[in-house]
Amino acid sequence: MQLETRIYQKENNLKIGKLLKDSAKDFFDSHFLAKQLATRDIKAQYRQSYLGIIWAFISPISSAFVWIFLSATGTIKLNDTGVPYPIYVFSGTLIWSIITEAINLPSSNTNAARGILTKINFPKEALVLSGIYKLLFNSSIKIGLLITLIFAFGVGFHWSLLLFPFAILAAILFGTTIGLFFTPISLIYTDIAKIISMGLSLLMYITPVVYAIPEDGLMKMVMELNPFTSLILTARDLALGSTPEYLNYFCGVFAVSALLFFIGLLFYRISIPIIVERLSA
Amino acid sequence: MEEKEVLIKVEGLSKKFCKDLKTSLWYGVQDLVSNIRGNKNERLLRDKEFWAVKDINFELRRGECLGLIGHNGAGKSTLLKILNGLINPDAGKVTIKGRVGALIELGAGFNPILSGRENIYNNAAVLGFSKKEIEAKVEEIIDFSEIREFIDMPVQNYSSGMKVRLGFAIAAQMEPDVLIIDEVLAVGDVGFRIKCLNRISDLLNNCAVILVSHSMPQIARICTNGLLLHNGQERLITNSIGELVEQYYKVFTDNYKSNEINPFGIDIYDIKANGLDVGDNELALNLKKGEDLELSFTFKCPLDIKEFSIHLPITDEQMIHVALTSSLENIGVSLNHGDDIYVKCKIPSSFTNGKFYVGITIIETKGGPNHFNIGKILYKKENCFKFYVRESPLTTSVPIILNSNFTVEYE
Repeated sequence: MQLETRIYQKENNLKIGKLLKDSAKDFFDSHFLAKQLATRDIKAQYRQSYLGIIWAFISPISSAFVWIFLSATGTIKLNDTGVPYPIYVFSGTLIWSIITEAINLPSSNTNAARGILTKINFPKEALVLSGIYKLLFNSSIKIGLLITLIFAFGVGFHWSLLLFPFAILAAILFGTTIGLFFTPISLIYTDIAKIISMGLSLLMYITPVVYAIPEDGLMKMVMELNPFTSLILTARDLALGSTPEYLNYFCGVFAVSALLFFIGLLFYRISIPIIVERLSA
Repeated sequence: MEEKEVLIKVEGLSKKFCKDLKTSLWYGVQDLVSNIRGNKNERLLRDKEFWAVKDINFELRRGECLGLIGHNGAGKSTLLKILNGLINPDAGKVTIKGRVGALIELGAGFNPILSGRENIYNNAAVLGFSKKEIEAKVEEIIDFSEIREFIDMPVQNYSSGMKVRLGFAIAAQMEPDVLIIDEVLAVGDVGFRIKCLNRISDLLNNCAVILVSHSMPQIARICTNGLLLHNGQERLITNSIGELVEQYYKVFTDNYKSNEINPFGIDIYDIKANGLDVGDNELALNLKKGEDLELSFTFKCPLDIKEFSIHLPITDEQMIHVALTSSLENIGVSLNHGDDIYVKCKIPSSFTNGKFYVGITIIETKGGPNHFNIGKILYKKENCFKFYVRESPLTTSVPIILNSNFTVEYE
């Protein structure tokens, strides 16, 4: 039997094509490990909590309530959103929370695995994949809640609702890809995670999460350029049965993310040994 | 005999580390960037860096076991991490063939909230088992760990020994070609430790093994080759474990203090070993082949002792008592306090190669000749001096060879 040979040396003088292939192979081969790690974390999380699943959506829901309250009391005046405002806000905050969670997923999951990273050699791609599994679990709860609300507010069923999960998948892919590029450096400096979380909370205000794109002006231009806009709006339009206006932009974002995802994964793969070296002497 | 295939080949391996955290992190960022571009340049030391491992070369075949020894910080763990593929070298190359199993951390991936059974799946998955393999082996793992009764209890309520048992039971299911063992084995109770060692011995025949340990008897018992690291460099690489162990002890400055218990103010002087003074400066004797150890001293006791005996306990480098010489057959009496009492003893050369410490104990002793009762300690000093035995006919993990009468005949 031919034994598998591993070579460790300083250069990555393997061809980029070969590296990409290895990385993709490990990503898909580590399905079992990733699933195991994801179920471990999910089980442990809920076993130690009474409210359990509620925590998955409590924060987007509470921020939605704030906006509904501000709008209903007339404290702030918002443009017409075309659909009942509560459902507009709920869908916005829920989808937004999925994207931000996706951005944080690679680094938080890798960080949580520090202990095994510095001790055991296993396919590191499993950490990203298990993060995605956990996110899919959380997202499916949120999607379930959103669909309930859609019917509760009388928006009703549209065939496009069936495409909504795919829009969410695209949003997860987009967020994870961004996260992958940040992960190596954010494991070295804790500042990065803080900058990202602050940046995201500001970014929300130039994305149509809780209010619609204005008719004209600078804000309209900025919002329309913002790739997050296309994700949020397309996902929401599909869910609520409106015509997705930014579908082309959305498809472009999806295609670019799909391509960059594997590059990001490769970057992650070759960066991990350097991170491990700095994490533990 | 046919030489088996080389499974591990290490050529000119070097790795540097940084002493300062902030600088280290900044270098990490720089490395991230240069790593993407391939970074084929020769790597030199940057400010505040040092070579943690420098220019290591060796080969290991199936069936061989390399003992990796050295003082704390000599670079053993760094070397293991490179071999395990956790970090990349800064120079040189490692080629490893076959499945690699590492017993470096037991129970990696355990979650304390989950039960032992659930954690078997977690840990085994991290170690690279497939779902099928785990399901086939889970009962065997539980049996090996001997904690079936508690297997559905959360791991956070396990004692540390139980956690280790479970961790080892899972790791023991690996069937690697290359096995890397860090000192994790010195855990658990005696019964389980023996079980672990047996399992490792089973693996030894079919693997190339690298074992890191500070226990020289363990190294001598298991290893076929040895590598002594000193400040990241290869001090010695050899097939002679005896030589390896000897070199290892030379690396150390002695930290063993000679503690004195002297409740009655006994005065000991003129301690001589093989004619040399054992003063305050700790004396180190080198015994050659067949050379006996002769010890003499004089003491004065301020109070009357009716019956006493003198014991010279001998400890090995791990502070384990390995032998005792005593003057039981020759009970001394000192009624007239203030007498000088002269003691002389000859210890025969039954030691195998190694380093030994000799202590002096004076103790009240009654009875005899078939049974003695030990009374209070009058004087006790551990590790008065040390001696090395070199060129003994045998280097083994056993410190003493008994004089025995063999008859081996052809009938």
